Amino acid sequence: MSFVQNFPFFSILLSLFAGPLSSVLSGKAAKALNAAVITIAGILSAATLVFVLGTGESYVYTMGHFPAPWGNEIRVGVLEAGMAVFFCIVMLLCMMGGAAERLLEIEEGKQNLYYVMVNLLLCSLLALIYTKDLFTAYVFVEINTISACGLIMIRQTGRTIEAAVRYMIMSLLGSGLLLLGIVFLYDLTGQLLMDHIKIQVQLLSVTGEYHIPLLIAISFMAVGLAIKSALFPFHAWLPDAYGYSTLSSAAILSSLVSKGYIFLLIKIFYQVIGFDLIVRSKVINVLFVFGVAGMLFGSVSAIREKDIRRMIAFSSVAQIGYIYMGFGLGTTAGMIASIFHILSHGATKSLLFVAASGLTDVSDKRRSIRRLTGAGYRNRLAGVTFTVGALSMVGFPMFSGFISKILFAQAAMENDGKMLVTVVALAVSTILNAMYFLKTVIRIYTPLPADGGEEEAEGNTVLRMRDCPAKSLAMICFIALNLFLGLSSEPIVDLIRKGLDMFA
Amino acid sequence: MDVMNLFRNYEEAVAMILFGIGFSNLLMQKNLIKKIIGMNIMDTSVYLFLAVKGYIEGHKAPIVVDGVQSVEAYINPIPSGLVLTGIVVSVSVSALMLALTIRLYRRYHTLNLDEISTLLKKEEKS
Repeated sequence: MSFVQNFPFFSILLSLFAGPLSSVLSGKAAKALNAAVITIAGILSAATLVFVLGTGESYVYTMGHFPAPWGNEIRVGVLEAGMAVFFCIVMLLCMMGGAAERLLEIEEGKQNLYYVMVNLLLCSLLALIYTKDLFTAYVFVEINTISACGLIMIRQTGRTIEAAVRYMIMSLLGSGLLLLGIVFLYDLTGQLLMDHIKIQVQLLSVTGEYHIPLLIAISFMAVGLAIKSALFPFHAWLPDAYGYSTLSSAAILSSLVSKGYIFLLIKIFYQVIGFDLIVRSKVINVLFVFGVAGMLFGSVSAIREKDIRRMIAFSSVAQIGYIYMGFGLGTTAGMIASIFHILSHGATKSLLFVAASGLTDVSDKRRSIRRLTGAGYRNRLAGVTFTVGALSMVGFPMFSGFISKILFAQAAMENDGKMLVTVVALAVSTILNAMYFLKTVIRIYTPLPADGGEEEAEGNTVLRMRDCPAKSLAMICFIALNLFLGLSSEPIVDLIRKGLDMFA
Repeated sequence: MDVMNLFRNYEEAVAMILFGIGFSNLLMQKNLIKKIIGMNIMDTSVYLFLAVKGYIEGHKAPIVVDGVQSVEAYINPIPSGLVLTGIVVSVSVSALMLALTIRLYRRYHTLNLDEISTLLKKEEKS
C-alpha cells in the first residue's frame, strides 16, 4: 500500500481534531489554524487525486485494518478526490472573503468558536465524500447539520436565531427520513457497507422480492436528502439562513453544505442501489418535477426580492433545481451535467455573496438593491466580480454557467420523454435569471443622479482594492476559478466522466 | 397483501405510526417545545424499529458470560450498536434545539414560531 493512500483518512482526522483544538485557542490562532487545516486538507486531497489518476482505478481503505464486514471503510476515486479538492478551495476562499465581516459581526471572545464549526464542517464534508458506510454517512450528515446551524447562529440577532431554528427543523425532518430509509435498507439487506448492500439489492431486484419496501427505502433517502439540500418546496428556511448570517457562513452554506448532501445522494444512487435500478424505480421522475418547479419558482421569488443577499439566496433554490433536474433525466450525461453544475454553482454562488458584500460595504451597509445605485463605480473590483457572477449565472459563454447549461441541454437531447420540458424550462429559467441578475448589474453601473441624490448617497463611501486586501484577493481568485471552470471545461468533464465510471 | 401481517408484526406497525406522529408534530406544531418533543418521538420510533428488527425470539443479549457459546444463542448486536449511536446523535440535536429555543424565548417571550416571525417583521420595520 502506498503512503498516499492514507491521505483521505489523514485529512478527515486532521480537520476533526482541529475543531476541538480551536475551542481553547485565541481567535487569531484559531483562524490561522483553520486556514492551515483547509490548505493542508486541500493539498492532501490533490495528492490523492493525482495518485488515483495515475493508477486509473479507485481503491478502498480499511480503517484500523479490520476487513470488510467488521471494519469501517472509505473509498477513494477520481470524483471523490476531485470534489474534496474543490470543496477545500472554495471553503478557503469563502473564509478569506468574509474575514473582515467575521471580526465585526461575531462577539468578541467567541471568534474561535466559529472556527470550531468550520473545522467540523470540513471534516464532515470530507467524510461524506469518502465514506463507504451508510450509517457513518448518517452520523456525519448530522454533524454537518449541527455545525451549519452554528455557522448561522454565530451572529447573534433575532433573525439569525430564528433562521437557525427553521433550518434545524427542516434538516431534522430530512435526517429523520434519511435514517428511516437507511434502517429499512439495513433490514432488507443486513449490510451497512455500500457495495455489500448493492449486491443484495441487485439480487432482490432480480427475484422481485420486497419490491415495495425497497422503493420506500429509496424514496425516503432521496426525499430526506432533498429536504436537507433545499429542493424547491422545502426551501422556506433558505433565504433567511443565507440572507442574515455572516458573509463567510452564507457563502459556505450555499456553495458547500447543500452540495455535500447532494453528493451523498449521488453516492447512494450509484454505490448503494445501482443507477439502472434508480432509473427504473421512477423516484427520479419526482425529483425531476420538483427540480423543474424549483428552477422556475426560485427565479420568480428572486425577481420579487428587494434585498440583494436574499435575492442571491433565492437564486440558489433555482440552481439546486437545475441539479435535481439533471438527476431526473436518468442518463449518465444528465449526471455529468449535474456534477458540473455542483462545481459551477459552488464557485459562482460564493463569488456572488462576496461581491454583493463588497457592494453593500460602499453603500452604508444597506442591502436593498435600490441603494446600490452606482456601487460598481465606488468599489470597482466588487462591481466587476458581481458582473462576472451574474453573467455566469445567466449562462454567458466563457463562464462556468454556460458550460453547465449546454451540458444540461445536450443531456436532455438523449431523453425523448423529458426533452421538451427540460429545454423549455432551461430557456425560461435563463430569461428569469437574466431579468434579476442583469437588472442588478445595470443598477450598480447606473451613476447616481447629480441633483436630488443626497438622500440616496448618504453614507456612501469609496473602497479601493488595498482597503480590503483579503476580500479583494478572494474575489480575484473566485473570478479565476470561474473562468477556469468555464474555459477548460473539456478536461473537467472528462475527469467527471472518468470518476463516474470508477464510481459504480 | 395480508392485513393480518400488520397485527403479526405489530411492533413495526407501532414504530411506523409513532414515526408519523413525531414527523407531523415536528412539521406542523407551532410551539417550539412541542416540535422538539415531536422530533424525539420520531427518532425514538426509528430506534424501536431497529431494536425490534435486531431481536430474535428466545435468544439472549450478546454478552459472553460462561465461556464461548454458539452464535445461535445471541441476538444480532449490530442494531443495538446503531441505536446507541443514534441516541447520541439525537441527544446532541435536542440539546442544540433546546438551547436555540431558550435564546428565542429570552428575546421574544413566546414559544410560538409564527408569533416570533411576526415580531421579527415588526422589529425590522421600526
